[in-house]
Amino acid sequence: MAKLEKPEELIKIDYTPHKKDWMDTPVEFKEGMYCWGAKGKDLKILDFPNARDWSPKEEDWKLPENWKDTILEAMADRLSKYRSFRLFMDICVRCGACADKCHFFIGGGDPKNMPVLRAELMRSVYRKYHTTGGKIFGKTAGARELTLDVLKEWWYYFYQCTECRRCSVFCPYGIDTAEITMMGREFMNLLGLNTGWISGPVANCYMKGNHLGLEPHAIMNSIEGMIDDIETITGIRINPSFNRKGAEILFVTPSGDLFADPGTFTCMGYLMLFHELGIDYTWSTYASEGGNFGFFTSNETAKRLNSKIYAEAKRLGVKWIIGGECGHMWRVLSQYMDTWNGPADFLEVPKSPITGTVFDNAKSMKMVHVAEFTADLIKHGKIKLNPGRNDNLKVTYHDSCNTARGMGLLEEPRYIINNVCNHFYEMPDNTIREQTFCCGSGTGLNASENMDLRMRGGLPRANAVKHVRDQHGVNMLANICAIDRATLSASMDYWVPGVKVTGVHELVANALIMKGEKDRETDLRGEPLPGKEGKE
Amino acid sequence: MKILFPFFAVIALVLLVFAGVNMAGMYFLFGIVIPYAALVVFLIGVLYRVMKWGSSPVPFHIPTTCGQQKSLPWIKQNKIENPSGSLGVIVRMALEVLVFRSLFRNLKTELKDGKVVYGLEKWLWMAGLAFHWSFLIILVRHLRFFAENVPPVIKLIESLDSFLQVGVPLFYITDAVILVAVTYLFFRRVYIPQIKYISLAADHFPLFLILGIAISGVLMRYFFKVHIVGVKQLAMGLVSFKPSIPEGIGVLFYIHMFLISVLFAYFPFSKLMHMGGVFMSPTRNLANNSREVRHINPWNYPVHVHTYEEYENDFRDKMKKAGLPVEKE
Amino acid sequence: MILKNLLSEKRAAILERWFEMVLDSYPVDTSSFLKQQKNQFANPVGAAISQGINGIFEELLSGKDSDTISTFLDNIIRVRAVQDFTPSQAVAFIFHLKKVIREELEKEISENQLSDELFAIEARIDKMAMLSFDIYVKCREKIYDIKANELRNMTFRLLQRANLICELSEPEQALIDSKNLNVKRKEVTK
Repeated sequence: MAKLEKPEELIKIDYTPHKKDWMDTPVEFKEGMYCWGAKGKDLKILDFPNARDWSPKEEDWKLPENWKDTILEAMADRLSKYRSFRLFMDICVRCGACADKCHFFIGGGDPKNMPVLRAELMRSVYRKYHTTGGKIFGKTAGARELTLDVLKEWWYYFYQCTECRRCSVFCPYGIDTAEITMMGREFMNLLGLNTGWISGPVANCYMKGNHLGLEPHAIMNSIEGMIDDIETITGIRINPSFNRKGAEILFVTPSGDLFADPGTFTCMGYLMLFHELGIDYTWSTYASEGGNFGFFTSNETAKRLNSKIYAEAKRLGVKWIIGGECGHMWRVLSQYMDTWNGPADFLEVPKSPITGTVFDNAKSMKMVHVAEFTADLIKHGKIKLNPGRNDNLKVTYHDSCNTARGMGLLEEPRYIINNVCNHFYEMPDNTIREQTFCCGSGTGLNASENMDLRMRGGLPRANAVKHVRDQHGVNMLANICAIDRATLSASMDYWVPGVKVTGVHELVANALIMKGEKDRETDLRGEPLPGKEGKE
Repeated sequence: MKILFPFFAVIALVLLVFAGVNMAGMYFLFGIVIPYAALVVFLIGVLYRVMKWGSSPVPFHIPTTCGQQKSLPWIKQNKIENPSGSLGVIVRMALEVLVFRSLFRNLKTELKDGKVVYGLEKWLWMAGLAFHWSFLIILVRHLRFFAENVPPVIKLIESLDSFLQVGVPLFYITDAVILVAVTYLFFRRVYIPQIKYISLAADHFPLFLILGIAISGVLMRYFFKVHIVGVKQLAMGLVSFKPSIPEGIGVLFYIHMFLISVLFAYFPFSKLMHMGGVFMSPTRNLANNSREVRHINPWNYPVHVHTYEEYENDFRDKMKKAGLPVEKE
Repeated sequence: MILKNLLSEKRAAILERWFEMVLDSYPVDTSSFLKQQKNQFANPVGAAISQGINGIFEELLSGKDSDTISTFLDNIIRVRAVQDFTPSQAVAFIFHLKKVIREELEKEISENQLSDELFAIEARIDKMAMLSFDIYVKCREKIYDIKANELRNMTFRLLQRANLICELSEPEQALIDSKNLNVKRKEVTK
């Protein structure tokens, strides 16, 4: 039998930590911290290089002979294409302001999750091949060779970053780790080193129009199911159209909302709202994905997937587009889409058919966030609301990283929530708005096999939710992101049991008084409305 | 190694100039050739680096937004933290450059058990601000050596800096501030384990160098006087391109000047370029108006897409069966 | 009950040492952050540990068996269950309390012949340790539950939809669709 150690010795095993320099601490792949490798068949669909099945856990990553040259060439190329990349490689002074701003570092404590160090993983290689000091002084100048170990370390840690950009808020030079992670992933995709959880949806989205791989009839089916539910609840039969030419508005939302609870309730919310307004809009089965897992793969992949939205708007001849609640979808739409696939000169400047409001802020890219659209409706008193129907809920609101830090959509959803709910409580200041904490599962990290990672990363957000639960009895976490709806449910289940997750438009639909509706007994989830309990 | 290497490098530099000037009498080299060379390296180097950054385009419009966007007219936009026009960007950048706005965000005082608790971050912001501002003021003060008649602005700065009216010669506050701030910035790299872990030799070297410069300057001014008229004469000679070496300035001055030369020459090759870089950072210097005005990517290239036609070909039967309209029957 | 009074008196010192010991199980660059960052939202791990050990100590002194002790243990263990700890490392912190008490009160215990009382206190700590183990296992089970649920939710929806298709279309189509289901399930990865 092994000698029993004293507890305080026992606990220190594996943690005689980092006396060594970080460069001398090789990466160790820990269970629950990484996703499975990409499937060859998925990689083939988009003609990714080195398409084959592989597993990160195995010693042999089945890399091509010249993998190192591939990466170094790509690095030189991207340095000349992205000022952000070149600049962020050069100007970091390692002041440490970002060190404790990452949710993965806060919740897990792995020092390589400090944003500065995550970036140094890349910078060290940059110095070796692109700076005089690095070439001459090597390690003393913080430079190192690109080796297989370094590549594995990149893979492990660049797939432990959700590109949430919280660190960039605190950096005195605005260094954005997301830019560096994006480059890291772009390089690794040149070697076929994606995760299954990302490359699968990417392949689906490319061929079938959405991440889930729902074929046209399945999308209609899914929505039909929701329509049945809506009829049961409200007595109103909704009849949305698909791929209809000549509609005024195209509606695009993340496909997650078509499929999994509680996103489906948000989707029912859109359906009910648009029906009640009677607007002339259509869904598309071809552009049936607002989200973009290509964005977590490479710039080119993201552009390829994104192209469908404008293409479909053009084919159908709509005037403008409304986009549903989603986080990274809106970062891509607001900061990338027009640049990639614009100009959308075949569309008109968005104008609400109900209020006449012209959305000048979207004058070029022609797409309006559904929260902007709805906030405008409420402000003009165009919809009837009974917030009392949400009285069983004590709501708090989680800002999605991307809509907060890549757009600044902060007040619109709050305005809506305050009009459709009577009980709204904010989480502490340093955890919301531009300082919001990531759900811990963004950028395609929302797989199941990396659940430990997700829970660690979710802790800072969950901890703030727990605070308002304990203080105010909050039982509902509202957000405007499909990934949040899926992943915060898991995070709440672990950290703050009793708190459920909802999209903002689910709350809207609950409060929405529709023309000709019956006396509603339940909310969209089939649970009795306040005052209707026990009337089954 | 990360600390000792740069420390001894600076010591070696000091010894080098000491030996060169005192023993070998290489006044011409250390008084004229090296300062000129350093200045040339600095100017060309900085220009090269900035042009190199400039040569990479900004393909995407990626400001980090830190406040409410411009959207509906009745929602109050945060015009500084989330600017939609040039004026807002200028103010945002000015706050960033002049008072380190983002670093200031760290400053979070917290009421815990009835007591106000400060994090260490507050000190980083203060020390950073103190260091950079004293450095600037000291630099401006030194311009008096390069002008025949000292401009009133510099005189004003000098009198403000010495308003304590202590000692002869008058004591400059910034001299003390910079020493304290640099010392703090050094010690936090040694004592805070996280910062120690991420620090490189390249982080310590400039600190030691600046410390050496400040110490030699303070020694010269307050303790071991150098021949000040000679210094001015040398400076005027350099600036008027009629360099000459006045007699008996003292080796301390040459040490001071040599370390400054090293700093200047080192500058373009180092992280010190963050000074220029902050102005070019696309997360800060762009207005959040990419939905309003199309941002152009100069290398945007066409990509393979899965067209609607191909999609319909894949699913035509299923679409027809489901009652979806199709382009081709 | 002398020992309990002594423990109350030395409360601050004991808790401080205990806190340090727990945090020493983290990498040094992390533990300094956990110790220094006082904001409970910027540093939830440090806050959970600090509040947790305070509560546990209170419960220990109160001498009553209550449910609240589970809550405090849970605060700490729930965090450690998803960090880089083996099961024994994750719950070892509770044993540290024994060591801290013995060391802090070494003199007083031998002077006042308190070994019986000490034994009683340590027995209670052992009980907490056993409880900790239960909590740890529950936390890990929860993780696997969540994993399984996420997968089940996906396939459940698919099954539901497949059934829907069965109702609407002719029997042979249904057969094809259910055959497709296997393929689809693999394809649907999000």
